[in-house]
Amino acid sequence: MLKLTRQLGRWALDRIQSIGRATTMFAIALWGLPGRGDVALVVRQIYNLGILSLVIIILSAFSIGSVLALQFYTQLARFGAQEAVGVGLALVLLRELGPVVTALLFAGRAGSAITAEIGLMKSTEQLSSMEMMGVDPLRRVVAPRLWAGVISLPMLTAIFNVVAIYGGVVVGVEWLGVDPGGFWSGMTEVVELWEDIGKGMLKSVVFAVLVTWIAVFQGYDSLPTAEGIGLATTRTVVYSSVMILAVDFLLTLTMYAQFQ
Amino acid sequence: MRMRTIEIGVGAFVLAGILALVFLAVRVSGINLTQSGDSYTLTARFDDVAGLKTRARVAMAGVTIGRVTDILVDVEYGQAVVVMEIERTAGELTLDTGAAILTEGILGARYISLLPGADEDMLADGDEIMDTQGALVLENLIGDLVTRLGAS
Amino acid sequence: MTASNLIEIRNLSFARGERAIFNGLSMNVKRGKITAIMGPSGTGKTTLLRIIGGQLKPDRGEVLVGGRDVARMSRRQLFEVRREIGMLFQSSALFTDLSVFENVAFPMRVHTALPEDSIRDLVLMKLNAVGLRGARDLRPSQLSGGMSRRVALARAIALDPQLVMYDEPFTGQDPIAMGVLLTLIRGLNEALDITSLLVSHDIHETVSIADQIFIIADGTVVGEGTPAELKDHTSSKVRQFMHGSPDGPVPFHYPADDFVFDVLGQ
Repeated sequence: MLKLTRQLGRWALDRIQSIGRATTMFAIALWGLPGRGDVALVVRQIYNLGILSLVIIILSAFSIGSVLALQFYTQLARFGAQEAVGVGLALVLLRELGPVVTALLFAGRAGSAITAEIGLMKSTEQLSSMEMMGVDPLRRVVAPRLWAGVISLPMLTAIFNVVAIYGGVVVGVEWLGVDPGGFWSGMTEVVELWEDIGKGMLKSVVFAVLVTWIAVFQGYDSLPTAEGIGLATTRTVVYSSVMILAVDFLLTLTMYAQFQ
Repeated sequence: MRMRTIEIGVGAFVLAGILALVFLAVRVSGINLTQSGDSYTLTARFDDVAGLKTRARVAMAGVTIGRVTDILVDVEYGQAVVVMEIERTAGELTLDTGAAILTEGILGARYISLLPGADEDMLADGDEIMDTQGALVLENLIGDLVTRLGAS
Repeated sequence: MTASNLIEIRNLSFARGERAIFNGLSMNVKRGKITAIMGPSGTGKTTLLRIIGGQLKPDRGEVLVGGRDVARMSRRQLFEVRREIGMLFQSSALFTDLSVFENVAFPMRVHTALPEDSIRDLVLMKLNAVGLRGARDLRPSQLSGGMSRRVALARAIALDPQLVMYDEPFTGQDPIAMGVLLTLIRGLNEALDITSLLVSHDIHETVSIADQIFIIADGTVVGEGTPAELKDHTSSKVRQFMHGSPDGPVPFHYPADDFVFDVLGQ
């Protein structure tokens, strides 16, 4: 019993310690940016994280948009309210699915890549050698990825939303024959710039910080072995996904819920 | 890959993201950049607003000319005070303009419909619309119906 | 601190978890000489280099590099001191996303404001010194093990450091690459007046190159001297290591019960 308590205590302390380490890393990484030559590093990372994620984002967005339109149509057609497909699609995408699905895909595509890359740099002593050359790997390796993630994910989310709505238009308007006037005007009537688009983008920024932070830390803190990197990559995807969903609930609660 | 190619790619990517945002703002939320700031405020008292929300539309003859910005309660009179913003471009409203809370379709959102009057004086910023008709509350209607059926 | 010593380690103790790695270790590294640290695997030779470079903090003791205690420096001061130190890592640690040229140029770009054509000249000079000027446009993944170690060496000396530390430079090298490395280490040491600190357990190569050798075991220095002195050292531990005998003070057998008893169970 005593042994169990002790193990539990140690486990908890370990978790708290890694939160501490992650926070210090975050703080040091953001300290003093941007400096000389740092912009080029961020640009390169936006390429790696943002542009290389575009294909999966666009494909998923199109299929999710068209599936949503199909589902909304079959339900709404029973009330003769097909034109509300546009509103439903826009609200669901802007408020929830856009930010959340993009962040989940981003964690799988870019987050895991960050962890694996940094883990590999650690295991081949590239990070150590940087330190020995008097270059802080937190600024050189970690910070550009954090910034690039925070810039890339909201961009990807906006693109996701547009492509998904386009997918909805293709299925809803072009194929199922919803009146385009009703489709678009229903949307503009209900959708609010800040309430729907702004808050959705805000969510996306929060997710971006979460995912890149987790990914970078897992890579930086991984065991420098093949097995360690594999584990860290898995952890990045799992932790990011869980955190995205949990934080999304909290954000929705504080942003949208009205208790009356 | 050469740095220039990467930079062009990233530039295009960020541009695409911003364009996507602009598209969402203009096409999906339908903001009208000229309208902001160019509006005036009116108030109206209703016995019951039953489900009217802030940001609900204010329409005349079915055309949106404003939005509800605030809904307050006047405890003393037991009435709801609705504050709305009317676009200046819609023109001025007569002093005896009426306001009614209506529903779009059977189960749709509540909105305020303004009915034109014939007075020569016009409503100014901050004025109150006197002639109002509250929302039809389904429960009250059914209750009413039941008592009438019972009486007859 | 005497002027002839670049590094002085006094009474160093360091533990990793429960396991003590160094226990009251002291040594001096002379300026301009090639000093080798030897010892059986797992004695913390690489750890010692990391402590000297300030990547690990000792639990007790002083590590003076050029008269200043590395263990008590701020992050910023450490980064300044490290500009005077070049290090060759066991895995070469070339940056995989940069070409050979850019790898060597990296320290110059971060630490100097030299114009591009000066950097180019310097990089080609350093690459020429290790015989790889022609490989400047290759990627690290296209290099053989020996070549990448030479590129890493060119990068380590990019800023003309006072001290170059070599972490197991000979491990996994073929005889030719080994010969090249030996010549390079010796040559650079003399030509650039560098202090070299070498960690290795390859006896023949080390003996052929080092001016001074420290043998560490059980967390402390068990023998020091020139290669010739150590061959006939009084300590049997040192002699066992220098001659590579399989059995001796470091036993061949991991501690176990009596063999007859173990097998027959009696």
